Amino acid sequence: MSADQFVQYLMSGLTQGSIYALIGLGFTIIYAVTRIINFAQGEFVMLGGMLSYVLAVKEGLSMPLAIIIAVLAAAAVGTVMYLLAIRTARRASVISLIIITIGAAIFIRGIAGNRFGVNTVSPPDFTGSGSISFLGAYIEPQALWIIGITFVVTILLYLFLSHTMVGKALRACAINPGAASLVGINTKAMSLIAFAIAAAIGGIGGVVIAPLAMASYNMGVMLGLKGFVAASIGGFMSPITTVIGGVVLGVVESLAVGLDWGPFTSAYKDVIALVVLLLILLIRSGKLAAAERAG
Amino acid sequence: MQKYLKFSLVFILAIALVAVGTISCGGGAQEEKEAYKIGALFSTTGSQSNLGVPEENTVEMLVEKINADGGINGHDLEVIIYNDETDSTKCATLANKLIEQDQVLAIIGPTGTGNSMAIIDAITTAEIPLVSCAAGASIVTPVDERYWIFKTPQTDKQVVIEIYIYLQSINISKVAIITSTSGFGQGGKTYLESEAATYGITIVDNQTFGSDDTSMISQLTHIKGTDAEAVICWDTDKASAVVAKDMQTLQMTIPLYCSHGIANQAFIDAAGDAANGVIFPAGKLLVVDEIPASDPQKEVLTNYRDEYLAAYPNESISTFGGHAYDALYLVVDALENMEEDLTLAESRAAIRDGLEQITDFVGISGIFTMSPEDHLGMQPGSLALIEIVDGAWTLAQ
Repeated sequence: MSADQFVQYLMSGLTQGSIYALIGLGFTIIYAVTRIINFAQGEFVMLGGMLSYVLAVKEGLSMPLAIIIAVLAAAAVGTVMYLLAIRTARRASVISLIIITIGAAIFIRGIAGNRFGVNTVSPPDFTGSGSISFLGAYIEPQALWIIGITFVVTILLYLFLSHTMVGKALRACAINPGAASLVGINTKAMSLIAFAIAAAIGGIGGVVIAPLAMASYNMGVMLGLKGFVAASIGGFMSPITTVIGGVVLGVVESLAVGLDWGPFTSAYKDVIALVVLLLILLIRSGKLAAAERAG
Repeated sequence: MQKYLKFSLVFILAIALVAVGTISCGGGAQEEKEAYKIGALFSTTGSQSNLGVPEENTVEMLVEKINADGGINGHDLEVIIYNDETDSTKCATLANKLIEQDQVLAIIGPTGTGNSMAIIDAITTAEIPLVSCAAGASIVTPVDERYWIFKTPQTDKQVVIEIYIYLQSINISKVAIITSTSGFGQGGKTYLESEAATYGITIVDNQTFGSDDTSMISQLTHIKGTDAEAVICWDTDKASAVVAKDMQTLQMTIPLYCSHGIANQAFIDAAGDAANGVIFPAGKLLVVDEIPASDPQKEVLTNYRDEYLAAYPNESISTFGGHAYDALYLVVDALENMEEDLTLAESRAAIRDGLEQITDFVGISGIFTMSPEDHLGMQPGSLALIEIVDGAWTLAQ
């Protein structure tokens, strides 16, 4: 592997990793505040990507307007999903709620497939296509947008959680929902806000990913899984660790192809994510189970 | 008065029954013959949807045409089309549905190699003929284990050889191959590896990707670090377009050769500018206007192209629709030679025998002569080497 190739693998890994990180943030927020793993997170990403295409290309709206409406629509779907599917079943166990999110995912995917068709589409790149040379590697301009927006969203999210009242209330719910409600925090409202924010971030992810990775009604399945792995690596508790998890996953996948040694070849690229997931779940299941018993 | 009323009611009822009976018997003077029912399995959604949709469109267009021309020996043709969603589990379920529930006489499709391979056992056990629209050579070989299976597209082996012959003629000997993990991709990989030595080709890098992957930058970066003189990509249009675009992003200058899986407009639309310069073997349909008038396929190709574009003005022609055209007409040919009033099992066997006896059928993918040893029956010279120039297909020089 030459130095040039190494940088290329890093850049490509960073791009993919940012995609995983953006999706992982949604998982982390919802899990932290509600203890639910929202398997419909990938569908919020899909909605962002598909709607931005439909609004910008089919309906002819300007790109910025299409993006804003797509993200708001994704947030709205997340909110409605929480109110109709999660809030109404709040007495159910966490496992049941997780399964409900799987059902919601299938439902959203089905409607999308029906309304938008099944073809893969590609919204226009934000600032034009082509290949630019960056730090010795070649990269599409859209990839820089993905990396940049992931960075910005993470910073904003961090500031929101640490410096605003609502953010602090969310963190309180994450630490101990019982204690949070005892000090007067409306935990139901916090759950709603968590879902809305996660859906909005998912929508932003979809909007910025689609020009590069294309959009289709079932893009959320694989992306959701990779985002889930990213969130698992980050421990589901903090946006910073989630992003690190996503980037690590992306870079490891990319370098594995470059290494071309033993099991680390392109043939096993997807297997890496799943093996990492298994390891994380094995390691963490012990710790999580202990934490659940204690808290 | 009562008796009169009762008698009138009975009389009116009798008239009504007779009238209903006559009307439901059909308007014409002759008896209507039962329709011939065949089944079709096409991937109209999923990663091979750009192959399945023109196949479905073609079959629907041809069925209308055949029935308008009087059907097959007076029987209407009915094709029950199911979408297997490029999923082999769904394909197997739907195949069984066609065989058991719908009780079709024969099945055309599936679209893809993976799905075709998945239903071979069910088809053979049910003793129903299948005419696949997929490329894998393993679909019809070994022929003694494929008694009931036929296919219409050129095999992946034939396409690989076509590419290698061309590379040999322009003195390229080192290639990198990048194939998908799908049945189609792996079929291509098998023959790319097995045929290389015969044509003086050395494979210097061997990368794979998933059909639904959206970035092949890592794999191509690895290839870029080798001394490959050309890249050969084996998958259908969606993933191949990503390979083409990523090669352009990485500013790779070596040429890209693809399989016949990209023989549709969707590849050019998805790859954009990166499609230019790509060379691939495919049926002559895509360059029908450049085919000389002396070619026996010219008329059939031109007619199909014109009829398809007239029926579907928003679509473009593709060789995949042509595979379905061939499959349907092969079955129609067998049905035309079939005796009347056979049982379901006898009909299926008769169609199978009829398919095996077809000689010199001038189709879209090529000219077919089937035999007990060859259930593809494609004569050499059916492939054209095509280059994409300015977003359009032309014969490669």
